[in-house]
Amino acid sequence: MTAAVSPEFALDESDEAPRLRISGDWTVSTVQSVDEALRALKATGPVILDLSNLGKIDTAGAFVLDRTLRTFGGSAGTVGDHAVAESVLAQVHAAHAPPTQAHKADHGLVDMLERTGRSFTRIFGELVATFAFLGEVLVTILRFVMQPWKLRWTSIVAVMEEAGLDAMPIIAFLSFFVGMVVAFIGATTLSDFDLEIYTVELIGYSMLREFGVVLSGIVLAGRTNSSFTAQIGTMKMRQEIDAMQTLGLKAMDVLVAPRVLAMLLMTPVLAFVATLSGIAGGVAVGWMALDINPSVFIERLRTSVPIDQFWLGIAKAPVFGFVVSIIACRQGLNVGGSVQSLGRATTTSVVQALFAIIVLDALFAMFYMEMGW
Amino acid sequence: MADPIISIRGLKTAYGSHVVHEDLDLDVRRGEILGVIGPSGTGKSVLLRAIVGLKQPSTGSVEVFGQTLNELDEEERANIERRWGVMFQDGALFSNLTVLENVMVPMKEHSNLSPQLAHELAEMKILMSGLGPEAGPKYPSDLSGGMRKRAALARALALDPELLFLDEPTAGLDPITAANFDELIRSLQQSLGLTVFLVTHDVDTLHATCDRIAVLGEKRVLAVGTIEELRKFDHPWVQEYFGGPRGRAATGN
Repeated sequence: MTAAVSPEFALDESDEAPRLRISGDWTVSTVQSVDEALRALKATGPVILDLSNLGKIDTAGAFVLDRTLRTFGGSAGTVGDHAVAESVLAQVHAAHAPPTQAHKADHGLVDMLERTGRSFTRIFGELVATFAFLGEVLVTILRFVMQPWKLRWTSIVAVMEEAGLDAMPIIAFLSFFVGMVVAFIGATTLSDFDLEIYTVELIGYSMLREFGVVLSGIVLAGRTNSSFTAQIGTMKMRQEIDAMQTLGLKAMDVLVAPRVLAMLLMTPVLAFVATLSGIAGGVAVGWMALDINPSVFIERLRTSVPIDQFWLGIAKAPVFGFVVSIIACRQGLNVGGSVQSLGRATTTSVVQALFAIIVLDALFAMFYMEMGW
Repeated sequence: MADPIISIRGLKTAYGSHVVHEDLDLDVRRGEILGVIGPSGTGKSVLLRAIVGLKQPSTGSVEVFGQTLNELDEEERANIERRWGVMFQDGALFSNLTVLENVMVPMKEHSNLSPQLAHELAEMKILMSGLGPEAGPKYPSDLSGGMRKRAALARALALDPELLFLDEPTAGLDPITAANFDELIRSLQQSLGLTVFLVTHDVDTLHATCDRIAVLGEKRVLAVGTIEELRKFDHPWVQEYFGGPRGRAATGN
């Protein structure tokens, strides 16, 4: 490729009709250098364009020339021969639209009030839509309970493996370390009073009642929830959900119900595993740092922590699983046509799920306290 | 005779054990519009991907602008990439950018244009490709399939490339729009001296735009020539293609 010659122009006003002489290459890579000078030219009326010294020209160069000629009030013809310039100019000239009106900027008190109102109605609408979705899911599940032979067991088992079994190692791992941390905190504070042995109660109550189930809920919110939203959202984006509908399949039956049911079944299992491995973390710390023999630890756990605590904790698990999967499916079905909306839905889904778990756990704690459990 | 702008020798491409092309030779001459046809699944789009470097060939060489893509360093490759424009089958517009921003992406990346001039040029390209000025601020998801194609063409043309790859540009367009598209490609090619590599199924497009046509089949190029030459070519698929009702209607025989 030969090196580009930088474009130049000269406006000659000596004749009765002014002439614009142009030379050099007017292409997309060179034309920037004359753009501002051309904008600064004062309009004189129609000019003759002299192409005799013009090198290469492409649509970018032609566009700049065409724009200049327009501000001059049109072209009074061209002189000089050039292989392509006139056809390119004609092509560019044809592709012109009057500049569009700039968008009115949003400001002022009225606009702010309007935005506030819109946000409020949107939040209200979102709330109504969530409850509508919840109702739809409950109806679908009830229908399946009445007609269990219509359940899609293959997809339920597939989701149970993907979202349940595959999540087990990470949940166990996390819970083990949280158990260790709780035991260490207990050991350091309780050793001031020579009451290290109460670490067992600390681990027992906290793991059985709270940490096991909340940790699995949080991992589900981060891991399973986002994957559900992304799966369903991608299907929505590619119109697969629309295709299902035209084939007589309901997204609610095929996609949402199996996921919700699988999570309903798997979350208690995950919470159970989390509780066990959390206690294992406590036992490990007790043994290494506090000289509490594992058999003593277990024995004390059995006698001093009532089994009710376990049931209180595990009872929360299906609720968490249900809420997390419903949020995920709803956000997935909310995805529009763009990648951006998929990203937004996934983020919203994870945030809402985490929020829901923490708030629900607090509500459970208040409820248990009022009941004196 | 014009020198070849793309020169493919002994190309073999494969996905795992599935061989798409074997020992494929093809030249595209500077300034021509080459149509590539062939039955579905013969690797027309794969060939396009192999030429622009998205699919690594198993053996063989692909030269574009006289240079072998795989041997170039990043900078040389970027230089080549700004000399061609690619329009993918379903547009492949960036969905988080508006149409106008999509067209401005190559300008921002590969030229020194000021934002103001780039903006104006992008608007011009959008109009040129047959969209209205109101399409500029829209997102690709708000456009119909045909409009997305035209926006993709506008992006492919953003830097006035010397070489344009079009993958089924008229598929899914109504006949009038498709005819306008053909006319646009033809007039751009004539005024700018573009070379166009056109993958298509549309007999009308072939007839209206292409200088030569390459027929893909049996993992190689079966024949290259003008419509008249191919009409005489003795191969059942080619005969069926041009001799079938659609082929006859398009060529007026």
